[in-house]
Amino acid sequence: MEGVVKPRTHRGRRVLEAREPKLRENDKSALLLQGASSSMLLKTVLKDMHSLKKPLSVLYRKKNMTRPFEDQTSVEFFSRKAECSLFLFASHSKKRPHNLTLGRIFDHHVLDMHELGLESYRSLHEFKVQKCMQGLKPLLLFTGEEFESDLEHRRLKNILIDFFRGPSISAVRLGGLEHVLSFTAINGRIFVRSYRVLLKRSGVKLPRVELEEMGPFLDLVPRRVRIASQDLFKRAMRRPPAVLRKPRKNVSHDPFGSKLGRIHMQQQHLDTLALHHGRALRKPRKEGKGANSENEESESKMGKVNGRGKGSNVGRKQDVKSRSKKRRVH
Amino acid sequence: MATQLDALLAQAEAAEEEAKRSVTVEKPLELHFDSGNLLAIDPNPLNETEFRLDREGYLKNVTRDNAQLLINHIWSLPTENVDGVVIAKLPEGKTPIPREKPVPKAKPLTRWEQFAKLKRIKNRKKSKKVWDEQLKEWRPRWGYKRANDKGRDWLIEVPNNADPYEDQFAKLKAAKKERIARNEFKRLCNIARSRKLKVPGVGLPTKDDPSKQELGTAMSLAKRATASVGKFQESLPKEKPRSTRKKRKFEPLIGDFLHEKEWQLGILSKMSNKVPKLDVTKTCAPVLADRNIPIT
Repeated sequence: MEGVVKPRTHRGRRVLEAREPKLRENDKSALLLQGASSSMLLKTVLKDMHSLKKPLSVLYRKKNMTRPFEDQTSVEFFSRKAECSLFLFASHSKKRPHNLTLGRIFDHHVLDMHELGLESYRSLHEFKVQKCMQGLKPLLLFTGEEFESDLEHRRLKNILIDFFRGPSISAVRLGGLEHVLSFTAINGRIFVRSYRVLLKRSGVKLPRVELEEMGPFLDLVPRRVRIASQDLFKRAMRRPPAVLRKPRKNVSHDPFGSKLGRIHMQQQHLDTLALHHGRALRKPRKEGKGANSENEESESKMGKVNGRGKGSNVGRKQDVKSRSKKRRVH
Repeated sequence: MATQLDALLAQAEAAEEEAKRSVTVEKPLELHFDSGNLLAIDPNPLNETEFRLDREGYLKNVTRDNAQLLINHIWSLPTENVDGVVIAKLPEGKTPIPREKPVPKAKPLTRWEQFAKLKRIKNRKKSKKVWDEQLKEWRPRWGYKRANDKGRDWLIEVPNNADPYEDQFAKLKAAKKERIARNEFKRLCNIARSRKLKVPGVGLPTKDDPSKQELGTAMSLAKRATASVGKFQESLPKEKPRSTRKKRKFEPLIGDFLHEKEWQLGILSKMSNKVPKLDVTKTCAPVLADRNIPIT
């Protein structure tokens, strides 16, 4: 029914327009939700993630009877409703204690999901230090060979970048780089640490970087994985040619809408330049067309004038004409 | 004097060396930077013994070194000074990240747009406001309070060959409604055409397996689609008359008073003769249960 039912208000129209696919997309926001059985620990995890990701996150406070790995439909429904294409699902069971499912959505369907078990956790509030500002774009650091080892780890790295990279920006204030999120893969575990950056004077232009741990602190162990097929992933990666196209150089538009540009001309050859043949330059017609002697004379003249370059063609045509005339005379 | 100067210079040089050393980090393999995402990937192997001895300290040290390298990299980007604040210009992110929705498709052309393209008809911009001769002011070309609005007239001349008892205002209103309906129909047709759905010219859309009810509707519609609204249409041998909703009939406002009196008295007597229903078994059950009498 999309497109058939017209939005009734301008506001509704704007909402629907914002949800349509776009060439340059919005920043992805994340949906944070918990399953039917959750733990106090996981609740704090979701809350901390919410405060790290604000304003690009939506936190669902109530429990939802769902398991994304068994049935994806409800997660897809929630994400469509909250207009979020990333999700973090928390659940706690005897089999998989303190379980976090990190996933993302493409075209309203789950693209890939990674299950991560939480082995130890320290929340933002447990570190009694000054925190960085909210809504900052963090510096992301990935360390360890394991991230490059296999496809699953590479995809996990990709999803972590996607989840934590924050808003896309074109410029950054150098003094405003305050937050570092580091992901270290070693011994089959992933250690997530979050630090506040202290830029110290070093005596040279570059600052000396010091770090202060500010939380949250997560030790994660990868569990089940559902990664997207190559085909689907490729489709999701497609970048429209309009985005890839480089802006044209040396062309600008002034406020009156006219196009301004610098063009580079080659040197003009005045010999071969096609100019308007004015009537004044044309030769006057001579009377007595049939006379042989005149024909011969004109032939020779044409030969002289059009002896070189492209013009010689014209002379040849004239030759044929005069010959036929001769035949008619004889 | 010269020796003092040399010593001073050497001291300054040593200080500078020290400062440089404090911001440089040596790594066997170079980090991959993606400054658009403020991201650095360190492919160097980690030292497991150090990690086992002091996990947190080691993680912090490695992170500090990498953060230093990333910040050095961002510092080397072209900068700008905006209101006394130094800003580094970031390039587009290099890391391929999947989209959240597929690449938008081009909007299908409407019938009119197709035709205009074929005939090379181009939209000419019209001014938004038009001069209203009557009101002597500029008014919007269309919409609320538009210029030269015919519906605004309180008096309409009856055309020469028109029925004098016809309501000209109602006619205008009906024509407007008709135009709106036609426009909506055309819009839906355009959508159906772009989605390659079948649109019937007249009647109901055809289906591969219509239900009994749909067939009935189609038949009754077809039957009535004659000039005389199906009045002379013969019915089939065993055809049941299609149930049509009965038209409500109202009594005349002033008419048969005797009938009205009887009808209203009937209602009153019904109300006064109402006797409450009494369920004997239900009422007696608790009493009987008290006295231990079995219910027969």
